Amino acid sequence: METKRWLRALALAALAAAAFAGCGEQSGYEQGVSDTEIKVGSTNPYSGPASAYGTIGRAESAYFKMINDRGGVNGRKINFISLDDGYSPPRTVEQVRKLVEEEQVLFLAGTLGTPTNTAIHQYVNSRGVPHIFVNTGATKWGDPKNFPWTMGFNLSYTAESRIYARYLLENKPDAKIAILYQNDDYGKDYVEGLKKGLGDRAAKMIVAEASYEVTDPTVDSQIVSLQASGADTFFNVTTPKFAAQAIRKAYDIGWRPLHILNNVSSSVGSVLAPAGLEKSVGLITALYFKDPIDPQWANDDDVKAYTEWFRKYMPDADFKDAFNVSGYLIGQGVVHVLEACGDELTRANVMKQMASISDLQMPMMLPGIKWDTGPEDFFLIESGQLARFDGKEWKLFGEVVSAR
Amino acid sequence: MEAFLHQVLAGLANGAVYASLALALVMIYQSTHHINFAQGEMAMFSTYLAWAMINAGVPYWLAFVSTVLASFVIGVVIERAVIRRVANAPVLTVVVVFIALLVIFNSVAGWIFSYTIKVFPSPFPSQPLFGPYISTHEAGVVGISVLVLTLLYLFFRFTPLGLAMRATAENPVSARLAGIRVGWMLALGWGLAAAIGAVAGMMIASIVYLDPNMLSGVLLYAIAAALLGGIDNPFGAVVGGLAIGVLENLMGAYVVGTELKLTVALAVIIGVLIFRPTGLFGRAFVTRV
Repeated sequence: METKRWLRALALAALAAAAFAGCGEQSGYEQGVSDTEIKVGSTNPYSGPASAYGTIGRAESAYFKMINDRGGVNGRKINFISLDDGYSPPRTVEQVRKLVEEEQVLFLAGTLGTPTNTAIHQYVNSRGVPHIFVNTGATKWGDPKNFPWTMGFNLSYTAESRIYARYLLENKPDAKIAILYQNDDYGKDYVEGLKKGLGDRAAKMIVAEASYEVTDPTVDSQIVSLQASGADTFFNVTTPKFAAQAIRKAYDIGWRPLHILNNVSSSVGSVLAPAGLEKSVGLITALYFKDPIDPQWANDDDVKAYTEWFRKYMPDADFKDAFNVSGYLIGQGVVHVLEACGDELTRANVMKQMASISDLQMPMMLPGIKWDTGPEDFFLIESGQLARFDGKEWKLFGEVVSAR
Repeated sequence: MEAFLHQVLAGLANGAVYASLALALVMIYQSTHHINFAQGEMAMFSTYLAWAMINAGVPYWLAFVSTVLASFVIGVVIERAVIRRVANAPVLTVVVVFIALLVIFNSVAGWIFSYTIKVFPSPFPSQPLFGPYISTHEAGVVGISVLVLTLLYLFFRFTPLGLAMRATAENPVSARLAGIRVGWMLALGWGLAAAIGAVAGMMIASIVYLDPNMLSGVLLYAIAAALLGGIDNPFGAVVGGLAIGVLENLMGAYVVGTELKLTVALAVIIGVLIFRPTGLFGRAFVTRV
């Protein structure tokens, strides 16, 4: 008897809470919007082990600063609140709750990191807060049935792997592949994607796999093991520092496989130059945006506009760091979605506009690689183009490959 | 067989890296009986000083010497300004201070120098001396570790200052009664450790690339090395470092797989603490009760 009464009270309380929570969202503008301002939230690792990505958040802020200096979007300034989560999932939850419940942002954009976004995935979807341009390549951000409020930004890691698998099956069907990968979701997504892409030939073609932890000082030992496996193709799934180490070590011990490097570490300035440009000749990667220091884009209008923005709004940052381009692109994406929303600035409309981007060629994206989404298609970027490093720059070759 | 030899040599090269940082840990432990968790970050910061100087056109060896001297001063200042104030506080307070230093150095380095990796030059020729297995620089790091060790040994064994520092560590009260300025000896210990750390940082940076997180992983291996060799024995630290480097590589390549490489180091730490707290070469302490 006593328990029943308790349960009834509890149910009533829950109902009341739900009704109360619903109230705020019905009046006039939705929360986070006024005639002069739109609040957008984000989290980034400005401190901690992944702080190299912090520059992406700074680039986003710098991009919105430029937009605001030009008068904002439809007369409204973008108030971009980007908080530090130190790449630690519990802190992401704390910061995102602060953004949603205290700051009352209209939506979240460009939150960075796979483990961090995983921690808020359920929360934002149960609250109905758009969680867009999620800045990681994990595949799970494109699941409109179960998570209708979440959409990723990057070409997904598995899609990128499928592009490599297709290339190998067509050009080197007898390849003996060795894989080095970071021992976490990011690394495993790539390995999984390659195996799926190779299909039933995977077991025969992949001859060795080695992993490393981010705490490892070097990956030298792994490279030695992979060379000893007799592989003639090397799939290098590593973050910038380890990528540079792997490229240098493989070269120094005289291993010259067909070397496929994941896009994450394709920056000429911050990976290949430290590894040694002469040691990087022949690397293959899949690209989807323009590297601003690549000489082939020296006279490109997109890159000129990018450079002008960079010099004015991020004067202290490292121009060589291609991560800044991600921030720039996400900034453009947010502005595009807000423009498409017009004056109907509701969460539902943000999500609707996000899911109706069609064949959009964005500045700084490679020619032919377009943004395209739909109510059933929550993958923004789904193609890439292979490129080979010639000692100075990435030379694109072949067609734009769709990984759909 | 060739791969095996290769793994051993690559392990020695890594081991030299652990050994050089372990030496700095042992230095501080000898004078204060604390393990300085910020040791790696201090060394990383010193390396950035050297990098900035070299980038500004200062010749390598001049930058090297200036960095070692500057780090010595920074070490002394940290001891006098920060550590001194918590000298009588509970151990937990001291640990918190060390962790605070760790975070401060890490963030300040990232803030000033950004997080993109930097190439740090090596003073050794780039042509390999010993075939493709071990680079001249890696061999050089082993040599430098041994050199630093020898200098330390000579300093502690044959100079009056070294004797005074040893006395301070053994028995601060008697040392003070004998006229030794105990406070300054502790500061000197910190200075020396910071200077050794700077040498380690500059050697390591050429191998792993310079970035603010360069030594956070290495520190764990260095602690394992220092414990294995005996936390109060510089010679043990070097042997421990080389042993951990080789063990880690062989276990990773042939026994437990690369996923558990770090676990090997942690298992060593726990194993040593449980079964042989003094390490391989440490002295057992006997206390009269």
